[in-house]
Amino acid sequence: MSVFSLAAKRTCRGVSCLKITRYSVTNVENFHRRRNRCLQSHITNVTRLFSSHPHNSKVPEVATWELVPEDQLPPPAHIPTDLVDKLERLALVDFRTKQGLACLEKAIRFADQLHVVDTSGVEPMDSVLEDRALNLRDDAVMEGDCAEELLQLSKNTAEEYFVAPPGNIPLPKREERAALLKHSEL
Amino acid sequence: MPGPLSLRAPQQLVGVVGLEVHAQINSNTKLFSGSGVRFSAPPNSLVSPFDASLPGTLPVLNKRCVEAAVMTGLALNCTINRKSLFDRKHYFYADLPAGYQITQQRRPIAVDGMLTYSLLGGKKRSQVIRKTVSIKQIQLEQDSGKSLHDDLRSQTLIDLNRAGVGLMELVMEPDMSCGEEAAAAVRELQLILQALGTCQGNMSEGQLRVDANVSVHRPGEPLGVRTEVKNINSVRYLARAIDYEIQRQIGVLQRGEAVQNETRAYDSKSGFMPEPNLPPLIVYEDNASLPSGIDACQAVVVQKIREGLPELPSVKRDRLVQTYGILPEHSFTLVNEDGLVEYFEAVLKATKKEPRKVIGWVTNELVGHLKHQDMSVSQSPISPSALAELLELQETGHISSSVAKQVFQEMWRSSGRTALEIIQEQDLGLVSDTAQLHSICQKVVDSHPDEVRKVLNKLMGLVQKETKGRADPVLVRAILHEKTS
Repeated sequence: MSVFSLAAKRTCRGVSCLKITRYSVTNVENFHRRRNRCLQSHITNVTRLFSSHPHNSKVPEVATWELVPEDQLPPPAHIPTDLVDKLERLALVDFRTKQGLACLEKAIRFADQLHVVDTSGVEPMDSVLEDRALNLRDDAVMEGDCAEELLQLSKNTAEEYFVAPPGNIPLPKREERAALLKHSEL
Repeated sequence: MPGPLSLRAPQQLVGVVGLEVHAQINSNTKLFSGSGVRFSAPPNSLVSPFDASLPGTLPVLNKRCVEAAVMTGLALNCTINRKSLFDRKHYFYADLPAGYQITQQRRPIAVDGMLTYSLLGGKKRSQVIRKTVSIKQIQLEQDSGKSLHDDLRSQTLIDLNRAGVGLMELVMEPDMSCGEEAAAAVRELQLILQALGTCQGNMSEGQLRVDANVSVHRPGEPLGVRTEVKNINSVRYLARAIDYEIQRQIGVLQRGEAVQNETRAYDSKSGFMPEPNLPPLIVYEDNASLPSGIDACQAVVVQKIREGLPELPSVKRDRLVQTYGILPEHSFTLVNEDGLVEYFEAVLKATKKEPRKVIGWVTNELVGHLKHQDMSVSQSPISPSALAELLELQETGHISSSVAKQVFQEMWRSSGRTALEIIQEQDLGLVSDTAQLHSICQKVVDSHPDEVRKVLNKLMGLVQKETKGRADPVLVRAILHEKTS
């Protein structure tokens, strides 16, 4: 419940404010809707009640973060059509609607805030495990021989093979796709 | 007509070849899981939940694979990176269940090496020409599964037995200029890997896969557009495929067109991210640099691996030259053909003949016949002892050299028959009976008076030349007649 009230306390500052507040409100609403249907969310809900208990709250009463002013951010990224094409090819997701592109641009803008952090003299970290020892395994056969179990997980099998669609159907070139994606606004 | 002096004649277009080699590591289990590694097994029987990319599974690095990579790096004069990192390379394909391959793109285990290989060149292909190619890096990575395309039912059948098997990717710089060089480099690499035991190097079974990057340019000018030559399963075909591609590109450019490059979607260096489930891989230089309390089975020590390196092919070649007094080109052929050194040494054991006199038979006669029928040494119809017997008969004067070659041919054709049998059967024995030879010579001289006269006249002419025409012809003829009868 305090999540709800917290959301109400936050103010929108200017155009660059993100729609976090609305998202979290919707989320909590959905939560309550699902509560009566799903056991798991009921359990989580109970846990949430505890964590939002006034004596045990891990959630601050007031927002502790600030929006970064626009002038501190690099210029907004514009995504050229070729890049959209390449991203769609890599991710296998069609997103070239106005809404899709706007969403992508906002996501990039949100990440742009990272540029404010001073990383001079700091080695990039690519894993929280970086100072742990990498465990080496002995070269002895310990696994395998469970073809039946694995094949049962697949909807489509043939004898002892997994079945997949033919080859890798290449995405058609942009010109050809224009005809296919008539709803595209590019 | 020659043009202005400032214009140089345009140089010829030459080929530029770089190689990407994927060598399957010779280990019992896969790179990150404990599933077995075997060439043929029932489909999907060598697959663990991790190999099938089921949620909740994690990679655990195989120590043997690390040792194999270090050993190979040392044999190829690389710098071993004390600390190397793992990455994920993302792309979509049905035989890559995780949607990414774990590899070492950023910081691989070994870098900056060199492979020295040799070619037989020169007019008679008897000169050993040494060449080198730089090794950019050696990285550990996962193999993918196998896909079988069923066009009839418009589907692909996936077998994940090979998914996750350890590979060493060796990147060779574009220091080669033709198919022959590339083939020789690959052959040498094959011999090295087989000597080390880190890879069995069988191209037809996919244990060694070579992709060639081919372009053409004029020396001194920037490199041309590259194309890739893939799916090659023999060293011989590699040479031909590369040369064909070089010629094709030259033809394209000479027609004024441009070489087309069809890059795969995942060729652009995107889709990489660090592998978050694996800390950096640390290898230690020697026992002294091991951290205290570390378990011995958790440490890969470079010095120990270096000390345990077996005899490499180049060292073996030099040793054979030293031991047997044979020429470098002979030693090159001996080491190049599987089983030939053993064959040669077996022949030497069974004959008193000098190695220098035996080697020609092995590298010319035997290898020549084998190559002609595309056979390996193990398939030779003439065994080392049979060849030794033939050479003994020649050495002891029972047959002449030319007859020996004839007998060799006959032995090749009718496998199992000994040299002695053939010689006796066809009466090819050397005739050394003086009396017999005397009568034969007399008979020939008597029945060919014209030939005798021609020879005498020729000798006369030579004597006159020597004496500048001052010799008494009658006297000379009498002396010569006496000398030749």
